[in-house]
Amino acid sequence: MTKVNRNLSSIQLTLLVLLRLSIGWHFFYEGLIKLLNPGWTSVGYLMDSKGFMSGFFQSFAANPTTIQVVDFLNIWGLIAIGLGLILGAYTKIAKIAAILLLSFYYLSHPPFLSLEYLIPTEGNYFIINKTLIELLAIAVLLVFPTSKILGFDRLIFKK
Amino acid sequence: MATDNNNNKNNQDKTNNTSKKGVTRRDVLKGIATIPVVGGALYGALKRHQYDNLVKSKLAEELQMSYEAPDIGERNTSDGPTIRLGIIGFGIRGNHLLRATGYMHPEDVEDWKKAAAVDSYDKRYHDFLMQDDLNVVINGVCDIFDVYADRAQRAAANINRESVEGKMGPAPRRYKNYKDLLAADDIDAVIIATPDHWHGTMAIDAARHGKHVYLEKPMTWTVEETYEVRKAVKDSGIIFQLGHQGRQTESYIKAKEAIDKNLLGKISLIEVATNRNSPNGAWVYPIHPEASPQTIDWKQFIGPAPSHPFNLERFFRWRCWWDYSTGLNGDLLTHEYDAINQILGVGIPHSAVSSGGIYYYKDGRTVPDVLQVAYEFPKHDFTMLYSATLSSQKDRGKVIMGHDAWMELGNSLSVMPDPSSTRYQEKIENGIIEPGRPIYSYIPGSTNVDAVTSATEQYFAGRGLLYTYRGGKRVDTTHLHIKEWLDSIRLNQQPSCDINAGFEEAITAHMATKAYHEKRQVFWNDVDNVIE
Repeated sequence: MTKVNRNLSSIQLTLLVLLRLSIGWHFFYEGLIKLLNPGWTSVGYLMDSKGFMSGFFQSFAANPTTIQVVDFLNIWGLIAIGLGLILGAYTKIAKIAAILLLSFYYLSHPPFLSLEYLIPTEGNYFIINKTLIELLAIAVLLVFPTSKILGFDRLIFKK
Repeated sequence: MATDNNNNKNNQDKTNNTSKKGVTRRDVLKGIATIPVVGGALYGALKRHQYDNLVKSKLAEELQMSYEAPDIGERNTSDGPTIRLGIIGFGIRGNHLLRATGYMHPEDVEDWKKAAAVDSYDKRYHDFLMQDDLNVVINGVCDIFDVYADRAQRAAANINRESVEGKMGPAPRRYKNYKDLLAADDIDAVIIATPDHWHGTMAIDAARHGKHVYLEKPMTWTVEETYEVRKAVKDSGIIFQLGHQGRQTESYIKAKEAIDKNLLGKISLIEVATNRNSPNGAWVYPIHPEASPQTIDWKQFIGPAPSHPFNLERFFRWRCWWDYSTGLNGDLLTHEYDAINQILGVGIPHSAVSSGGIYYYKDGRTVPDVLQVAYEFPKHDFTMLYSATLSSQKDRGKVIMGHDAWMELGNSLSVMPDPSSTRYQEKIENGIIEPGRPIYSYIPGSTNVDAVTSATEQYFAGRGLLYTYRGGKRVDTTHLHIKEWLDSIRLNQQPSCDINAGFEEAITAHMATKAYHEKRQVFWNDVDNVIE
């Protein structure tokens, strides 16, 4: 990895860091807004799940205890991942967690032709949607890490 | 930025060169360089939160609405004497009413139990088991179809809410004639769920026998018996509840609060509707294979109706004929009207016009399947429109339109500000109120009743996906309505849909029917208390 980084041009590094910060901001802000709204719950979102894994996602919503756990993990997951990406701290774990979380969002609402969702979308999607693109962007960040250059990881993993 | 970038490469090299030399000042600066970004996002989120709270508090100040769930169905009535019930009529609605009272046929329990085992989202079995014990016993059942009567006995004997192999209690007595049931000493109160043409007669007879009455809507089949039922109930002092279970709907109770606090301003128009699109919804009910002149007491079925030879369609699909039915007006307009009467206390309208026809179900029925009614309420200066079709499922809901805001009402409730409102003008101008965004919304069971509900939450709630549970229990309004009736019997007080509300409901429905038949505007003379 360090080898790759060493070969990054300044513009490449800058854009990768900007991408990392943007995605981090997106996660962090979303988590904060949910945290600050005490009535927020993922029940509706999960109940609206469609596609081949809808049963799995709806089962979370069906039970008041599991939904509390899901809501808690979602809010604090978003905040922790967001902080990790922005600060560049433990970014490898943060990115893997982010990919996992985004794949849950994607699989619960896959943009397939026959599926209609209650939440209106602002665009038109088939197979590829913004969730998947964000997921892939994080995958790119995973193979082009920048946090050891600009971020806490520079200090954390300093030998 | 460009300069920084140019430096980056050099910095990387330097970093690698100095990696063994401990943490340098440069390392620290580069390590913490992105902290301000956290501050930026945090600032944004807190500002947004602050703004939402400001809007909420300004709105709360303006509207003076409470955000708590209304207190209904919370009273514990199980204390006190066991009430001994009889049920007359055990068709589709009779089954539901007995279930809502706590008694269900073991085979039906078995079906629900199996369905729940296959599908964990099927909560019907769970909800039935969880339903409050109303401390009643069923001592008599009456149905003129032997199969239904037998079913009623078996349901009433299912005292432990068991499926087929469970332990049953004693079966109650079956009465072949409702009059014998009403004369029984071991019955305190009756639930009546027969065809419309029997409602009034049976309610009058029950009152005369001193039995408390839960009567399915509509209250009466003819105008004349409407007065007689009111007199019989008032003279006897029995506790009478008409079966408009919508009285227990949380959102209606909140809607009344919103109206009382004048959130809507001057109301000018109310729109209510019925939309259904299935044979069952159009009263084409299944015909039981064991039904025959041997198993059905046809003579008793006809009762006050015009004589007609034995006919299975008429027996099972009686709602399709004026001979036994009150059509859309009695079956469905009454629910809509009663909801509006509950929320606004409109009373009997001054006039009614009506039109419609049999446009889809040309199956020999005499009642219309498409119907419009316009009621005028000059005392309140508004019109109420009812519009119905039995062959389109478009959901139209109830809409109450005022000068300052309009209210949309279903299981949830939302109040939308009118862009040209006088009352909210200042708040619209300074951005506290945003046209297109509700100023008050109420979602039953939600822990978070807020003026500012997120768009997605609104979306889900409006489609019934959110909060169908209350305190972990699904609410069956029919159960709550029966519970309120039993409560009222024990406490000797009037329930929410009492004889006065029933009288208004019946007269209002009859006015529409008369207007439809006579193709003219009919009036309520509130001096002489007659329809003209």
